Amino acid sequence: MLLEVENLSVTIGQISPLEGVGFSLDRGEILGLVGESGSGKSLTALAVTGLLPLIDGRVTAGHVRFAGRDLAALPPCALRALRGKRIGLVTQNPMTAMDPVQRIGAQVDVMSRLHLGLSAAAARARTLELLTRLRIPEAAAVCDAYPHQLSGGMKQRIVIAMALAAEPELIVADEPTTALDVTVQAQIIQLLGEEVKRRGLGLLLITHDMGVVAQVCDRVAVLYAGRIAELGPVGGIFARPAHPYTRALIDCIPREGTAPGSLTGIPGAVPSVTTYPLGCRFHPRCPRARPICSATVPPLLNGHACHNPLEGADG
Amino acid sequence: MNMAAALAPAATALRSPKGAIAGGWLLLVILGAILAPWLTPYGYDVQNLPGAFQPPNAQHWLGTDEFGRDLLTRLLYGARTSLSVSAVAIGISVTAGLILGAVAGYFGGRLDRAVTVVVDLTWSFPEILVALILVAIVGPGVTGTLAAIGVAYLAQFTRLARAQIMAIRAETYVEAARSLGASDAFILFRHLIPNTLSPVLVAAMLATGDAIILEATLGFFGLGAQPPIPSWGAMMSSGTAQLFRAPGIILFPGLCVAATVVAINLYGDALVRALDIRSRARTH
Amino acid sequence: MAEPLVTLRGLSRRFDTPAAFGRPARSMMAVRDVSLDILCGATIGVVGESGCGKSTLARLVLRLIEPTGGTVHFDGADITALSARAMRPLRQRMAMVFQDPYSSLDPRFRISDVLEEPFRVQGLPVPPGRITELLGLVGLSPAMAGNYPHQLSGGQRQRLGIARALALSPDFLVLDEPTASLDVSIQAQIIALLERLRAELGLTYLFISHDLGLVRYFCSSIVVMYLGSVVEVLADPALPPRHPYTSALMESSFIPDPAARRLLAPLTGEIPSPYNLPPGCAFATRCPAATDLCRHTAPTLISDTGGHALACHHPPEPAAGGATP
Repeated sequence: MLLEVENLSVTIGQISPLEGVGFSLDRGEILGLVGESGSGKSLTALAVTGLLPLIDGRVTAGHVRFAGRDLAALPPCALRALRGKRIGLVTQNPMTAMDPVQRIGAQVDVMSRLHLGLSAAAARARTLELLTRLRIPEAAAVCDAYPHQLSGGMKQRIVIAMALAAEPELIVADEPTTALDVTVQAQIIQLLGEEVKRRGLGLLLITHDMGVVAQVCDRVAVLYAGRIAELGPVGGIFARPAHPYTRALIDCIPREGTAPGSLTGIPGAVPSVTTYPLGCRFHPRCPRARPICSATVPPLLNGHACHNPLEGADG
Repeated sequence: MNMAAALAPAATALRSPKGAIAGGWLLLVILGAILAPWLTPYGYDVQNLPGAFQPPNAQHWLGTDEFGRDLLTRLLYGARTSLSVSAVAIGISVTAGLILGAVAGYFGGRLDRAVTVVVDLTWSFPEILVALILVAIVGPGVTGTLAAIGVAYLAQFTRLARAQIMAIRAETYVEAARSLGASDAFILFRHLIPNTLSPVLVAAMLATGDAIILEATLGFFGLGAQPPIPSWGAMMSSGTAQLFRAPGIILFPGLCVAATVVAINLYGDALVRALDIRSRARTH
Repeated sequence: MAEPLVTLRGLSRRFDTPAAFGRPARSMMAVRDVSLDILCGATIGVVGESGCGKSTLARLVLRLIEPTGGTVHFDGADITALSARAMRPLRQRMAMVFQDPYSSLDPRFRISDVLEEPFRVQGLPVPPGRITELLGLVGLSPAMAGNYPHQLSGGQRQRLGIARALALSPDFLVLDEPTASLDVSIQAQIIALLERLRAELGLTYLFISHDLGLVRYFCSSIVVMYLGSVVEVLADPALPPRHPYTSALMESSFIPDPAARRLLAPLTGEIPSPYNLPPGCAFATRCPAATDLCRHTAPTLISDTGGHALACHHPPEPAAGGATP
């Protein structure tokens, strides 16, 4: 296994936004981590990249193992070496990953010079090859440009190139296309998927969009209020979701043949971390809730954490 | 927005140690100024030439000046002049600046350019120079000082208000009001100016500190409140002649100016922090 | 049903940037020659990507910005010719819901202030019980009336924005991406609310969105815009699109069904700068079917009898239309 997250709990000050989160990711695999805002998905990304100290977060239980090594046991300098070199990060806003006053070429070059020890010329050749592979037209001209001269979609492709340049084994992409136009979104997600498969990398794709998950992911982990609600292969989960939350999330997106008036959304809102209900955290919004749901926390068994799973779901 | 909500940050600012000490000193000075006639048995202008130049003693806690007037009494009455002249001048300056800046920032165009040119012109001179020109026009005295300080700080508030208004003008809630049919006056007075108020009031608070110095400077040059009305600046001026004989005459008003200005700045900083916390809570 | 409530004729808006710091003056057509009839009770979806002019169009329709050409008729009256004062009473009959539920509410206004504002603006008394009624209408608790916006979630804020728009009982709502900044589960809630209000109050909607899937679900007809111009009008949202851009939009939407997974033929080529559009079809730089004709001559929007309109030199045959699996 490339990445194993086991029973991970995270605290920030007095609050515990993540509780007992576990999933794994193999090489050549795309895992979708899906949830609404406030579900803890970005926090999971921070935990996996060892960036929790940035927000004063602490792992209070469980492990994050990358290629067999426990990240919590690593000293900060080893963690820093891991990040960038073996774990690449793609964020929602490309400008947070770019230096506004440096040319694009130099910013991509530095990744392979730093992490692979390439010479300036070799690094530039690699950069050009990467940009071309990411279907950036006139790659040489783009290398001489500054970030502000590029469109949002182009910038996001550059950030992906920066992440790929160091030849990482794992890429963590946190909502990489949310800020982009629809046609550009489709392109970028597809490019990212292609590169990951071709290089045999692991991709942890964090998104709120079940549509994106359905189109590119191999497996999916559904996160709700800091806990895993359901986990499994994309085909099975979309065909026969076991958790009512998963079902509801899928049904939130209208598609061909959705009858007018049948879109309802999920009643209520994700509880804030200070007001998590007892038992299953979804029960106040759940149409299938039974008394037990408000009393005990459902364990994650057979890929779902639900006392009253939907009929016909995969065992 | 009710008064309690408006005053909440002012109270929050008192919670930090610096804010509490600064607020305490300001409260002391303000109370002293207001209650001066009841706090002291002496009149500020009653001369007692045989009792001149007394060092601090039981009857005169801070001693007496060259005319035998009680220094503490004159300090308390001086605080009245310094504080009220500075505060009223800044009040005039803020009100005028807010209106000018709001109109210029909201309507833009030729009006905005005209206001900006005039404001930038006064901005490019040191405040003391602007103030001296104004006193030369209006004449020395309380009115002259008010006009001098008011105009000297007008540019600062106009610029601040204009920038704030221009930023808030782009908020969607302003567009929403317009889509409902709101007039320019409604948008200005219901949305733009209330949302501009907090930063402008903080700036006014900090400027009051500078204004006290400016008022003292004009008083020191004899251009402020005219004798026998005491002001801190005028007291220091008369103290220069007696620097070695009775250093208290210049020292105590000087200390008052320094302490009050520092206190206003410290309290202003605490206020900024309190307001900042509130606005952050709002956006989340 | 058959009466047009809003009629746009040749509506255009040009934005000019004056010369500064050695850069020459330049101008762009944010909206170019748009004509449209919005029938009573219809929901017109305007779809396109950022910079296509859909938000500018929304503001032109409500005359929040002035057009540089063309007219807007609201219930027979030419509102582009009215003074701001004469326009005010008409504004009771039209309202807008905005994309960003955060910046669309004044942080200093309590919820009751937000809902009273429309009456204040119009100089009308607030009918007793109206605030409670409005809150109930959009599914908010009347107990919240004294709260400030920062105490609400994004979904609740958007409900409040809708309630404000409904305060004066308008006939016509312009919805500018009302769900784009919300979570999918909340988005579906808001769409369901808008559907219910449409049925209960007999509203007419102009719905601006970048999400073709959502527009096809929610709207009775669809207007597709690209770089300021209308490229296709679909009178029936279920009909397959014929313009290559509409097809590309459709193929780019992520369908939540792994069985319908497909390899996209991604659009290549760059989006031209709106300040420097090519002489021909604006989509020619990215269109797989573009020819020299497309690159030199702009196609005109031609309607057929069924209400379908298309601006394309080489549309695929209707039978072979790009129906997606």
